[in-house]
Amino acid sequence: MPMTERDVRLVDMTLRDGMHAVDHQFTPEQMADIASALDDSRMDVVEVSHGDGMGGSSINYGFSAADTSEYLEAVVPELTDTELSVLMLPGIGTVEEIDLAVDRGADICRIATHVTEADVSAEHFEFVTDRGLEANGLLMLSHMEPPEKVLEQAKLMEEYGADAVYVMDSAGAMLPEDVRERVGLLADELSIDVGFHAHNNLGLGIGNTLAGIEAGATTVDGCLRGLGAGSGNAQMEVLVGTLEKAGYDVTPDFFSTMDAAEDVLVPMLTEETMPELDNDSLVLGYAGVYSSFLRHTRRVGEKFDLDPREILVELGEMGVVGGQEDMITDVAASIAEERADEAEADD
Amino acid sequence: MAVNAAIVGPGNIGTDLMYKILGRSNSIDLQRMIGIFPVDESEGLQAAVDEGIDVGTDGIDSVREHADEFDIVFEATSATVHEQQAPVYEELGLFAIDLTPAAVGPYTVPAVNMDDVTNSGNNINMVTCGGQATIPLVHAVNRVADVEYAEMISTISSESAGPGTRQNIDEFTQTTAAGLEEVGGADEGKAIIILNPAEPPILMRNTVYTKVPDTTDVDDVRDSVAEIESEIQSYVPGYEVTLEPSVKDQDDVGFDLGDSVVITTMLEVEGEGQYLPPYAGNLDIMTSAALGAAERIAEHSAEARTVGGDADD
Repeated sequence: MPMTERDVRLVDMTLRDGMHAVDHQFTPEQMADIASALDDSRMDVVEVSHGDGMGGSSINYGFSAADTSEYLEAVVPELTDTELSVLMLPGIGTVEEIDLAVDRGADICRIATHVTEADVSAEHFEFVTDRGLEANGLLMLSHMEPPEKVLEQAKLMEEYGADAVYVMDSAGAMLPEDVRERVGLLADELSIDVGFHAHNNLGLGIGNTLAGIEAGATTVDGCLRGLGAGSGNAQMEVLVGTLEKAGYDVTPDFFSTMDAAEDVLVPMLTEETMPELDNDSLVLGYAGVYSSFLRHTRRVGEKFDLDPREILVELGEMGVVGGQEDMITDVAASIAEERADEAEADD
Repeated sequence: MAVNAAIVGPGNIGTDLMYKILGRSNSIDLQRMIGIFPVDESEGLQAAVDEGIDVGTDGIDSVREHADEFDIVFEATSATVHEQQAPVYEELGLFAIDLTPAAVGPYTVPAVNMDDVTNSGNNINMVTCGGQATIPLVHAVNRVADVEYAEMISTISSESAGPGTRQNIDEFTQTTAAGLEEVGGADEGKAIIILNPAEPPILMRNTVYTKVPDTTDVDDVRDSVAEIESEIQSYVPGYEVTLEPSVKDQDDVGFDLGDSVVITTMLEVEGEGQYLPPYAGNLDIMTSAALGAAERIAEHSAEARTVGGDADD
């Protein structure tokens, strides 16, 4: 239910996908400040949770600085017209977390599965729709499957009660044509809204989002200053400006969104957390690896004295999926062991 | 002397269990396989007939009719069915080994708490596949260090995740987390399951993280884990620790560890590949653990001469 005559709904995930970039360490106070600035800019939706969704706070993905209810309690009072979204990945979180978010005032629950595994989400869609929230389904790592497979899985989510299904380019590995094929097919075949979620690992965050909208996406994701896993997501203030320039009606105010990025978010970041398309994140997109692996892989690379890029390429070849962060250590340990064996053989 | 048993539920799990009992158990005598469909509509019952095992096709009525033939019942149906049938087993004086998530009886991991549970009643529950794989490792760490928090990540091939797991994935994480605490001994438990569709299908792999005081002696932990690994291998031959306990300290993580360190251990489970494919280690470890539990009960009864209460006396 659009507040205005908009063509595209914008979902700001600075407080969710952006959490990956800061190792899930935003404080509730920082979240409140950013949410307030986004509300001032009339952002359509803000999404709040651990980067890996509610229930993601763990050793494998990193413990967050506060828990889900503390974050939601901090953000909710700051929002007037802006809607609140939360994320949950079945297998990581449970309906217990969704229940908590409903009680705290979430308007939308987004349920994410790997692109081939939509059928683990039926019980969660049922729970969300029963509680009267908008339910969105997110098909992660959609680049790994052909458009027909993405459609088959999207139809399952539609059947379970999704109000929208997203093509998630979780690895930032898609080219504009990949986006058009998948989003276009879903827009033609589904009777619900289609969304697109970009990562900028190949430098295509904005371009791919525009391609998705041209192909029929009516709800798209981004983060202020392009924060987010890997090299970050589509940069929200750029998206607002670009869409306006392209003639689309969008709700957020361009200058206020820029202000939220530059005056509120940027002072919270350091040189180390500022989004950057560097060599390691470029390799995520090239090798097709889930973007949140980046910072974990850097830490593991340092521990084992390995180039993060070779770990990422190996992970890509193995076809690891979102959530398998534990494989980083496994792969690095094997590479390091091989190296040690080779060195010994040379002696 | 062998103990007589029946399998109720001739699906994938029940059929795999039948082959395991026939192939490698000296102390369990399989008397009957019981389902609810006619033999020509049930692959599992047909397999039983082919192996010369008697069958029943009337579910719980078949159990009642033949209850004098066996002392142990393996429940390989579903949680709902086990909840309905458990009181009947109790009434008939049968010892129930429950492979469903119903958890009517206590969580049971043969390498950890067999003695405690067999002394507490006539119904034991096999937790989850991930629980069977990881709870013993948490227990092994906890017996030499105080485990403040334990976390397991189970990755299984999409091929081996059946409709039961898929329709109720929360049940897996909640039950496994409870098992990490109640049987593993962690103050707090967290379980995560990931399905991976890669072809060829990957083996079941698990990572166990335990958060322990930074004063913990890692060599003690390694010895304790090595010891329990061989104990588990005695009933799950395809079980293998692939990364022995190694320490992550504050420099290796992006959050505050306080006075703790994280110990990471990884393991794989390769199925025997007799009935189910080798990658389905998640199913293999359930049937292996259930058989391991039954054999321990049989040993117990050889000593005490009673199984499933006093019905035979």
